[in-house]
Amino acid sequence: MTAYDYYPGCSLKGTGKPYEESLLAVFEALDVGLDELDDWNCCGATAYMAVDEKKAVALASRNLALAEQSGKDLVAPCNACWLVLNKTSRYLDEDQDLNDLICSAIAGTCPSISGNGKGASFEFSGNVSVRHPLDVLYNDVGVEALENAVTNPLSGLRVAPYYGCQIVRPMSPFDDQHDPMTMDHLLAAAGCDVASDYPFKTRCCGASQMMTMPDVGIDLVSLLLEDAVSRDIDVIAVACPLCQFNLEGYQPRVSKRIKAETKIPILYFTQLLGLALGLDKKALGIKRSFVPVEPVLARRASDD
Amino acid sequence: MTTEPMIRSESDRDPEFAAWFTSLVEEEKLRECIHCGVCSGNCPLASHMDLGPRKLMALSRQGFAEDVLGSNTIWLCTSCYACTTACPQQIPVTEVMYALKRRAIETGKAPSRHPVPVMAKGFTKMVHKRGRLTEAYLIAGLALKSGITRYIGMVGVGINALRTGRVSLKLDSIEKRDELSRLLDAVDDHSKEVSVR
Repeated sequence: MTAYDYYPGCSLKGTGKPYEESLLAVFEALDVGLDELDDWNCCGATAYMAVDEKKAVALASRNLALAEQSGKDLVAPCNACWLVLNKTSRYLDEDQDLNDLICSAIAGTCPSISGNGKGASFEFSGNVSVRHPLDVLYNDVGVEALENAVTNPLSGLRVAPYYGCQIVRPMSPFDDQHDPMTMDHLLAAAGCDVASDYPFKTRCCGASQMMTMPDVGIDLVSLLLEDAVSRDIDVIAVACPLCQFNLEGYQPRVSKRIKAETKIPILYFTQLLGLALGLDKKALGIKRSFVPVEPVLARRASDD
Repeated sequence: MTTEPMIRSESDRDPEFAAWFTSLVEEEKLRECIHCGVCSGNCPLASHMDLGPRKLMALSRQGFAEDVLGSNTIWLCTSCYACTTACPQQIPVTEVMYALKRRAIETGKAPSRHPVPVMAKGFTKMVHKRGRLTEAYLIAGLALKSGITRYIGMVGVGINALRTGRVSLKLDSIEKRDELSRLLDAVDDHSKEVSVR
């Protein structure tokens, strides 16, 4: 069995709980191991970098150092965590002075990583790759293996794949930067009717501005949702907890704003894959959706 | 209708700020900005900004520190990197935005109750101390410090999150809190500057 280390990040333990539940369930069903990184810490997201750059790098580096202990690739499902860890990994690789600074700081302060005593030292081997579940499922597991495991194809379910910003910009190691397709292919393998022409698949969801400046956030998600309503989309599939929360949480306000009823379930792509694999809805966190999912699934069944 | 002159004079320039700005990216790459405006054209937040990214770059390069650090632009940037990937000169615009945010906070130019720097500082403090973020506490702290009335419209979302078991009210922490705090403080003492990429 292939196995990876798993970096949940803070959101997957809170608002993004259904992402964690469905991710673990789907990986288990596909016989791919995910071992939660012991004592992982927050990646710093976009906030730490706005206050202190060196500390932000050190914070993210500790997770990379922990992952070095097993040497397995590290799966980070949240787009922000994925980018921060990848950027940090690149900084450490490209800037030897910075690398030396972080390594000596880890050696001097983290006996649980570098060992005890005066001889404590630490070095990054650089062997750990930080991977997004879309990357692992598409490139390591493969569309064919997924297709073979599908028992309940979601035919007739019109799904718009929404990737968000940070898994395609500024780095895009596993997908096309302007027109990413990995999620489209995975959802197609699950039998979904994929709306690949949804034009806003990589446009910003408002990110943390929904918390700090809600009017601005509502403006951004209104555009994304209004287009989905006009295309008769049943479900928007996402790959990031912040995208999920922003698109789902404010639909009553968006409805007023765009003067059209907006009741679109926003599901993690792993929840949809899980449904197609015939997994238990409760185990996939389907009931944690604010917008009821059952009516959409029932409508699909009655259309068949 | 009253109008205000938009002309800035030489005396408003801060040459030290201009030099700092130009040194942010290696090989003085910021001088290569051709002011084409692709960054502003691609920015999903530009319509809310007083200065778009292009104007911000131009004013920064000339040293108009007050205009730049007092603008709402740096606080509206969500780090979506649309500007960075579109820039024909390969200027890391988003990373420059981060550097401007840090400069505004460090020099006390960030408005004291503006929700974005308030949130960033609350986030940093919680993570420095506990190693992890507990979302509910971050939002509660933000509402208290930046004006609770702005958050009345979010009560429904909070109730939904509670109803569906997606809010943890237990403050999360890592096990090795001391090690992490010491690690963060250790890099702080060092004089090395990290250059923006």
